[in-house]
Amino acid sequence: MILGSINPAVLLAALMVAATPILLAAIGELVVEKAGVLNLGVEGMMIMGACIGFIVAVNTGSPLIGFLGAALGGMALSLLFALLTQALMTNQVASGLALTLFGLGLTALLGQSYVGITPPRTPKLDLGPLSDIPFLGRALFTHDIVVYLSIALVAAVWWFLKYSRAGMILRAVGENHDAAHALGYHVKRVRVLAIMFGGACAGLGGAYLSLIRVPQWTEGMTVGAGWIALALVVFASWRPWRALAGAYLFGGVVVLQLNLQAAGVKIPVEYLSMSPYLITIFVLVLISSGKARGSLNAPGSLNRPFHASN
Amino acid sequence: MIRLERRKEPSKFWRIANPFLAVVLTMLAGGAMFAALGKDPVAAIRLIFFDPIFSQTFGSYSRPQLLIKSAPLILIAIGLAIGFKANIWNIGAEGQYIIGALFGAGVALAFFPAPGWYIFPLMVMAGAFGGFLWAMIPAILKTRFNTNEILVSLLLVYVAERILAAMALGLMRNPDIPGFPGSRDLRRYEAAHNAELIANTGIHWGVVAALIAVIFAYVMMTRHMLGYQVQLAGQAPRAARFGGVSPARLVVICLGISGALAGLAGMFEVSGPGGQVRIEFASGYGFTAIIVAFLGRLNPFGIVLAGLLLGLTYIGGELSQMILQLPGAAIQVFQGMLLFFLLALDFQTNYRLRLTRGMRI
Amino acid sequence: MKKLLTAAALSAALATPALAETTKVGFIYIGPVGDFGWTAGHDRARQELQDHFGDAVETSIVENVDYGADAERVMTQMAISGTDVIFAASFGYGPDVNAVAGRFPDVAFQHATGYIQEHPNISLYDARFYEGRAVLGHIAGKMTETNTIGYIASYPIPAVVSGINSAFLHARAVNPDVNFRIIWTYSWFDPALEADAAETLIEQGADVIMQHTDSTAAVRVAEDAGVMAFGQASDMTQFGPTAHLSAIVDRWAPYYISRIQAVKDGTWEAQNSWMGFADGIIEMAPWNDRIPADLQAEADNLIAAIAAGEYHPFTGPINRQDGTAWLAEGETAPDADLATMNFYVEGITQELPN
Repeated sequence: MILGSINPAVLLAALMVAATPILLAAIGELVVEKAGVLNLGVEGMMIMGACIGFIVAVNTGSPLIGFLGAALGGMALSLLFALLTQALMTNQVASGLALTLFGLGLTALLGQSYVGITPPRTPKLDLGPLSDIPFLGRALFTHDIVVYLSIALVAAVWWFLKYSRAGMILRAVGENHDAAHALGYHVKRVRVLAIMFGGACAGLGGAYLSLIRVPQWTEGMTVGAGWIALALVVFASWRPWRALAGAYLFGGVVVLQLNLQAAGVKIPVEYLSMSPYLITIFVLVLISSGKARGSLNAPGSLNRPFHASN
Repeated sequence: MIRLERRKEPSKFWRIANPFLAVVLTMLAGGAMFAALGKDPVAAIRLIFFDPIFSQTFGSYSRPQLLIKSAPLILIAIGLAIGFKANIWNIGAEGQYIIGALFGAGVALAFFPAPGWYIFPLMVMAGAFGGFLWAMIPAILKTRFNTNEILVSLLLVYVAERILAAMALGLMRNPDIPGFPGSRDLRRYEAAHNAELIANTGIHWGVVAALIAVIFAYVMMTRHMLGYQVQLAGQAPRAARFGGVSPARLVVICLGISGALAGLAGMFEVSGPGGQVRIEFASGYGFTAIIVAFLGRLNPFGIVLAGLLLGLTYIGGELSQMILQLPGAAIQVFQGMLLFFLLALDFQTNYRLRLTRGMRI
Repeated sequence: MKKLLTAAALSAALATPALAETTKVGFIYIGPVGDFGWTAGHDRARQELQDHFGDAVETSIVENVDYGADAERVMTQMAISGTDVIFAASFGYGPDVNAVAGRFPDVAFQHATGYIQEHPNISLYDARFYEGRAVLGHIAGKMTETNTIGYIASYPIPAVVSGINSAFLHARAVNPDVNFRIIWTYSWFDPALEADAAETLIEQGADVIMQHTDSTAAVRVAEDAGVMAFGQASDMTQFGPTAHLSAIVDRWAPYYISRIQAVKDGTWEAQNSWMGFADGIIEMAPWNDRIPADLQAEADNLIAAIAAGEYHPFTGPINRQDGTAWLAEGETAPDADLATMNFYVEGITQELPN
C-alpha cells in the first residue's frame, strides 16, 4: 500500500536531476583520465564552479553567463593543476588533493558576501507537447536545459573519443605516452587541454548545484559530490555512456531511498542512507567480475608522469 | 627557452633545501593574501609557523599538541605509502580509521566497567583488526572480482560514516544518559584510556605506534623481501609478475597493512584525544594522510616531517584565527599554497632548469 | 600538569584586570560562520554582543573546529591567551568543554545544547525550539490542503525528535486528518540531498515542508513546486517569498549579552538555562501574507500563551507511539523527558530510527 505513493515517472525525473551535477563532473574527469591524468581535485573544481558561477550570475543577472563563468572558474583552477603536474612534474594524487583543499578555502573567501542571496532563476525548457506524453513526458521532458546538455555532452565525448582524430590522439596519449610521443604527438599539450576540459565540466556541475538545484551559495555546499564523480569514472570503466548509467544509478538510489523513507517502508533509515554507496559497489562488482584485467579499460599511462627525455 | 632536464642523480642539495624554500615562498604568497585580507602578514606567519613551538605563552602547551595532531596523520600515511609504492590505491583510509575506532571502542564498551590490564591491548588488536577488515573489502573485491580499489575504498568511507552515526545514536550510546548521542567517555574508563604516557609531552600510545610504524616501514622497504617486491610491483609490474610476485597477495598485504594502521590510528584517537564515539568523530585524517604520504615522498622519515609540518599549520592556523581573526578559509588557502609550493619545488630534485635555444618542447 | 596549572594561574591573573575593562570572549564553532544556519545564528549573536558592549568586549572566533582533540586544543589556547569567557556553540563539544574547564577554573565556559556539567565554571544553555515547532505545527495543520506535512530531519537526537513531536501534536490538534512524512538525511547540511528530500515529500503529497536541517534548498524547492515551507534558524523568506510561511529564528544575543554583563558585574555563576519565547531566544520570522489574519492571530496568541507560561506545548494527555501513556490529562512534560526524548508520540506512523 505504501509503495503506491511512489510515482515511477517522477522518480525517473528526479533521479535525472539528482545525477546531473555528478554526471557533468564525471564526464570531464573521464576525459582527463583518458588522457592519462588522474586529477583528484574534482571536488575543488566543482566548488569553484559553484562559487564563480553564482557570483557571475548574480552580478550579470544571467544564469547562462553564470554557467559560462563557472566553466571558466573550474578551468582556471584546473590550470593550476596542469601547471603543477605537467610543467613541474608534481605527483598527481597529492596535487589533486591539495587542489581540493585550496579550492574549498578560496571559494569560502570569494563567496563571503554572497551568502543569503538568491541567484537569478534558470527557466525550465518548454518542450510543448513532448511534456504531455504520458509517463515519458513527466519523466524526460520537464527539465531545465542543463540536464539535456549533460546528456549531449556525454554523447559528444563518446563520439569524440571513438570517432574523432583528436580523440584518438588523446586516447593514445593516455594509453602509452612514450609511444604517442614517439609518433610526434604533443603529450603535454593534449593533457593540459584535457585537464582544462575536466575543470570546465566540474565547474558546470558545481554551478548546477548553486544556480539550479539548491540554488544558493554556501561554502562547502558541494558536500563531497566531486568524490562521487571520481568514483563514477572508475565505475564507468572510462566509458562515457556507462558514466551516464552510473550517475543515474547513484542518483536513482539516492532518490529511491528518500522515497522509501517518506513512504514509511520498514527498513532502518541508517541502511537506507548508506544504500547508494553499497549498491554502486555491488553493481560494479557484478560488472567487473569474471572479466580479464585488460578489459577493465583503465588508460595505460594513468597517473604516470611524462617527461620527454630527448 | 627554458626546459626541464632530468638529472642523472636526484639532487641531494635540493632534496633538503626544497622544503625550506617552499616554506619561504608560502610565507611570501600567504603573507600577501593575509595583507589583502587586511591582517598583519608578519604576525599571521609568526602565529602559524613559530608560535606553536616557540611562543612563551603557547609553546609549552602546543608542542605536545603537535604530536597529538600529527601522530594519526603519520600512522595512516606510513601504511598508505607502502601501498602507493606498489600502485595500490587505498583512498579510503578515512573509513578504515572510523571502523578501527568503532572496533576499539566496542571492545572497551563491552568490558565496561571491569578493570584489567588486558583490555587496552585487546582494544589495540580490535582497532587494527577493524581497519584491516574494512580494507579487506576492497582487497578481496579486487583480487576476486577485479573491482577497482579506488572506487570501493572511497565509497566505503561514506558507508563507515553512516555506521559511525548509527553507532553513536544506537548501539554504542551511553546508556546512563538516555536520548543523547555519543558513547561513554573512554577517558573516564581507566582500563581503556589511551592516556599520556609522560605528562605534558603529548606522547600517548598512538605516538609510540606511529614511531614503531615508521621504523617498521623503513626496515621493511629497505631490508626485507616484501619491500623489494612492493617497489618492483610499482615500478615494473610485469617484471614483478615474472619474478614470482603474486599481484593478488600484494594487494591483500598492502591494503591490509594500510587498513590496520588506519584502524589503529582511529582506535588511539577514540580512546585518547577524541574521547568518545560521536557522530562527527572523523575529521578527515584519512584524506589528509594521503597528502602527508606524498609530501613525505612515500619515505617513512619524510612522512614524519610532512606530518609534523602539516600538524603545525593546523595548530598555528587555529591560533591565527583566534588572535588575528583570520577567517578559517584563509588558513585552508594558506595550507593549499604550502602544499603547492612543496610539490612544485620538488621538481628541482629530479630535474634541472636549462636554458636552450630554439622553441622545441 | 604543572605547566598547565601555571598557565591557568597566569590566565587568572590576566582575567582580574580584564573584568574591569575589556572582557575577552572566545567562540568556537562547529561550522563556518557563513553557513546561513546554526553557526551563522551564533555569530549574529556574537556581533550583537560586540555592538552592545563596544570596546568593553573583545570577541574572537575559531570556525570549523571538530569535536575532540581539536576542540580541546582551541579552547585551551583561548584560555591560555587570557580569554575570560568561552562559548562552545555545539552539542558535541561536551566532553571537551568539561576537560578544559577542569583545568581553567577561572575561565567561564558556556556550552550550547549540552548536558555535561561537571565543574562550577560551566554553564549550559539551550533553546526550547519545540515551542516554535508548536507554532509551526499549528499553522501547518491549518494551512495544509492535502493533510500531508513533509519533515526533513537531520539526526534522530532529542532536540530534533521533540521538534517533530511538538509540530505533529499541534498540527493534529487543529486538523485530525493530518499526517507527517519524515525523511532523515543523516547530515546537518547537504543542500542537494535536502532539495531531493523536499521534492520527494512534495511528490508524496506533502504541501507543507518543515525542516530541521540547515540549507535553504527545501524552501526554494517548495517555492518552485507551489507548496508551502518553513525556514530553519534564519528568516529564509528571500528564497521563497510565496512559499515561506515563517521560520523559527535563533536569537542568542539577549542571553549572550546577559551572561557577559554578569561576568562584568562579577555575578556570573554556573547555570543550566533552557530558554524559549519568554526569553526572546527564539522568535518567528514575519508571517507570510498568505496566512489568513485569524490564523496569524491564533499563532500570535499561541506564542503569547507559551511565553507567559500559561500553555506548555506538551500538555497531556499524550501517549507514546506504541500507545503507552506518557503524560496524563493536564500534566506537562518534565524538562528531563524533553531533553532526552527518544520516542515519537502517538499518531506518527513512521518508525523512529534506532
